[in-house]
Amino acid sequence: MLAWTIYISFIGAAVLMLLPKQAARAARIITLLTALAGLALTLATFAAHPSGELITITRTAWVPSLGLEYHLAADGISLTLVLLTGIVAVAGVLFSWNVERRANEFFAFYLALIGGVYGVFLSFDLLLLFIFYEIAIIPKYFLIAIWGSTRREYAAMKLALYSFVGSAMVLIGIIAAYVVSGAHTMDLAQLAQYPFSVHFQMWAFPLVFIGFAILAGLWPFHTWAPTGHVAAPTAASMMLAGVIMKLGAYGCLRVAMALFPRGLDPWGFHVLGFGSWREVFALLALIGIVYGAMVALVQKDFKFVIGYSSISHMGFVLLGLMTLQQIGLDGAVLQMFSHGIIAGLLFAVVGRMVYDRTHTRDLAALETMHLSKVIPFAAVTFVIAGMASIGLPGFSGFVAELQVLIGTWHSFPAFVLIAGAGIVIGIAYTWRAMQKAFFGTPDNNAVSTHVSCPRITLPERLGAALLLAATIVIGLYPQLLLRLIIPALHSPFFDGLLKGSVR
Amino acid sequence: MTTFPYIEMLYLLLPEIIITVAALCVLSADLTFLRKASLNLRTISASFLTCIGCALSAAWILHTPTSIHLAEGMLVVTPAAQHVQIALLVITALASLLYAGSTFTEHVSEYLSLMLLATVGMMLLVSTQNLLVLFLALELLSLSLYVLAAFNKSSTRSSEAALKYFLFGGISAAFLLFGFSLLYGLSNSTDLAVVASSIHTAPLDPLLIVAFVMVLAGLGFKVAAAPFHFWAPDVYQGAPAPSAALIASGSKVASFFILYQVMAVGLITAADSSAHHSYASGWAPAIAIIAVLSMLLGNLAAIMQTSVRRLLAYSAIGHAGYMLLAILAHTSQSFTALLYYAITYALTVLGAFGVIAIAEKQTGGDTLTDFAGFSRRAPIPSFCMLIFLLSLAGIPPLAGFFGKFYLFASVLDATPGSLGLLWLVILAIAMSAVSLYYYLKVLKSIYVADPPADAAPAQTSILHQIILCVIALGVVLLGCMPSLLLRWL
Repeated sequence: MLAWTIYISFIGAAVLMLLPKQAARAARIITLLTALAGLALTLATFAAHPSGELITITRTAWVPSLGLEYHLAADGISLTLVLLTGIVAVAGVLFSWNVERRANEFFAFYLALIGGVYGVFLSFDLLLLFIFYEIAIIPKYFLIAIWGSTRREYAAMKLALYSFVGSAMVLIGIIAAYVVSGAHTMDLAQLAQYPFSVHFQMWAFPLVFIGFAILAGLWPFHTWAPTGHVAAPTAASMMLAGVIMKLGAYGCLRVAMALFPRGLDPWGFHVLGFGSWREVFALLALIGIVYGAMVALVQKDFKFVIGYSSISHMGFVLLGLMTLQQIGLDGAVLQMFSHGIIAGLLFAVVGRMVYDRTHTRDLAALETMHLSKVIPFAAVTFVIAGMASIGLPGFSGFVAELQVLIGTWHSFPAFVLIAGAGIVIGIAYTWRAMQKAFFGTPDNNAVSTHVSCPRITLPERLGAALLLAATIVIGLYPQLLLRLIIPALHSPFFDGLLKGSVR
Repeated sequence: MTTFPYIEMLYLLLPEIIITVAALCVLSADLTFLRKASLNLRTISASFLTCIGCALSAAWILHTPTSIHLAEGMLVVTPAAQHVQIALLVITALASLLYAGSTFTEHVSEYLSLMLLATVGMMLLVSTQNLLVLFLALELLSLSLYVLAAFNKSSTRSSEAALKYFLFGGISAAFLLFGFSLLYGLSNSTDLAVVASSIHTAPLDPLLIVAFVMVLAGLGFKVAAAPFHFWAPDVYQGAPAPSAALIASGSKVASFFILYQVMAVGLITAADSSAHHSYASGWAPAIAIIAVLSMLLGNLAAIMQTSVRRLLAYSAIGHAGYMLLAILAHTSQSFTALLYYAITYALTVLGAFGVIAIAEKQTGGDTLTDFAGFSRRAPIPSFCMLIFLLSLAGIPPLAGFFGKFYLFASVLDATPGSLGLLWLVILAIAMSAVSLYYYLKVLKSIYVADPPADAAPAQTSILHQIILCVIALGVVLLGCMPSLLLRWL
């Protein structure tokens, strides 16, 4: 049943392509219905499968001569991320309700992107996963290049090339694994059981890991992210920060770490004085956390603040993965979900609620407008989202980051302090952005802006409510997702990872 | 000595004979009762005749599956060769349909009958393993293509392209013939299989080295591999669109097929005489160098192009580089991968030239600026172009991606236990990442750039659009379900 999340997205995209040009309203409604159907299917699966065990959705031979299979399945991790995609997809449509220019194409690309993302999370054949991963790249390019703002063509090309270079690295790793295993299968579970030599894993792991981590925003391969986020139209930046970056992190966990666990910590292997690749990547993640936060602190452009904060928060995901502790891994997966929701919300506020109304993202200019009076709904939403973002208890970010930090404490005690500093800086930049954008000193010259500022529309309110509800529900009752994530991490699939390394 | 099996030969050559007859039919029909008709009607009816000929020939091939090695390799029919012949017939039929409605020449029947004769050349090329027949077939193909390239007499570009093509082609034919004669001298036979068994010497004979360098230069020209590529950009740019499409697609498939035959059947022992995978000797290092040069030069030079046709030409050089990797691996799996790649590539390029033809008709040029905002003037051809270019860039789930994947996997598989050819595959994948940039540049122009203010919707015939959609659908289907083609090869 879950497979239909993929199919309906592509069918929806195809239908939109066939609509007459003027039917923008119909396009919106079709897109919303498609996204809602995807979310409904996910929720139904959630209700039907309370545990995180692997459920096979469909499995048939695809290219028999090469041993490729059309194999869709889902475990707790996939389900969590599929749910995230469903929620952000629906919210994204609601926040793009005002798109008029070439609306059919916009929503068609949007749905194709969503279909690709669902496909990645549900594929258990390595090549199939890769194919969906690439399908998600191209619509992003067009969404940014056609409907974007600030240096859109540059940002779109940069993003596409970064993604493609990353996926080229992944492809080399996949083909090498396929050939070396000699099993003539791309089945993820089978490959995860295959004992690749340490020598092979030693180079295959970093290759595939970095390939995916580029899309996850790992420092120093992150530079596509801020420019891409800023240039993208609202719905696209919500998808980009909310879901696409998770594709990268998911690939790191599902492919690089599950297939080549020995590569994380090859015995007696030293890179530039580090004990293992694991330490190298943990350090890079840590740098990402602090660097992202510090750069966010000095931004003049509101959207850049959120863009860089994404780098920082994704650092927690990657740090959690590198802990190789049960709790750290749980935290990493939960952080993927949590950041997806929160970043989606923040981008919605900045891009749709503020920028579309004031036509500026310059914090200094916004400071004079006293937006909390003009669009109080946006201010309240941002305050709540900001609190969720800095990880106040009661929001999903808190549970996730706490788990990552506990895991880090076990694996790299010294890093906890620095990661903690990242959180503190996070409070500072969120506070600063909040203050400047919404609670600045009113300026008499800006009165005209107040008058012309349209009210927050119903779709926007619904979208914001959906995302807020998600972060609060998971914040108050994280067990809802953890009951899925924990058994999934204990499945035989991650055996190599946990047996080999968890202390 | 047994008598020469003429009757059997004629029977087996029936597909080629059908095409030759079709060429004559096209010629006579146009010169007799279609003489007074409008140009549009003439092109359409002539291309339908062409299609009927191709369909009959393909039906005959499907009807008589056979596997035979006749008269010193003069006629070697294998299932793979037969399926490649069918692919070539499909390509010719599609190219002739893309020609329907063209106005660049009045000489409709001559144009299409030359196209059919070129097809006969290609078909003979894939069904022979004899040096002499191979050369004759190649010349039949080449001479037809030279004329096809020159067909737009009102365009100086077209004449220039044809002249360059002819001069380079003549030189390469000379090289090839010299190489072949040396091979004949060394082995006393024109049959590739006999050549292979008789040149088996432990240290390579210097004459043999000269022979395969010559052969490689001659065939390298046909597949447009660097450094034998100089004709390609000019011909792709200058030739009329249907001719360029045929040169870029059908002739590529046939040339790669025969390059593989010569290398892996005829010169196999030279390659394996001393562990070719360690690059000690044999032709493997030469192929590796040509492949690397082609991949680098093709993809890097394509970045700078502003003419879409030239861009496709340079990218074709890059693609030739990838395909050479399959020849380097020379396993049966890599042969299948090569055929899959070549056929899907041919189909894609054919479609791309179909779209270029529409754009040229509308704007008079093929530069990136001519394509600005094309998606709003001709949405369906633009969408087809999106599929073609993304397939060329190797984006799944299109045929180009699967072709690359299968090709690279088969190349790595050729050296079991070690990853000896890995560096070449890494280079190829890196270069295909580069290629995305220039393909996206074209797509950016089509979809992102704004059309000029006075732009009117493009006038495209329904037939043309249907053909493009069929090709695009083929590219998508072959990407999603590669087994459709793979089980034939």
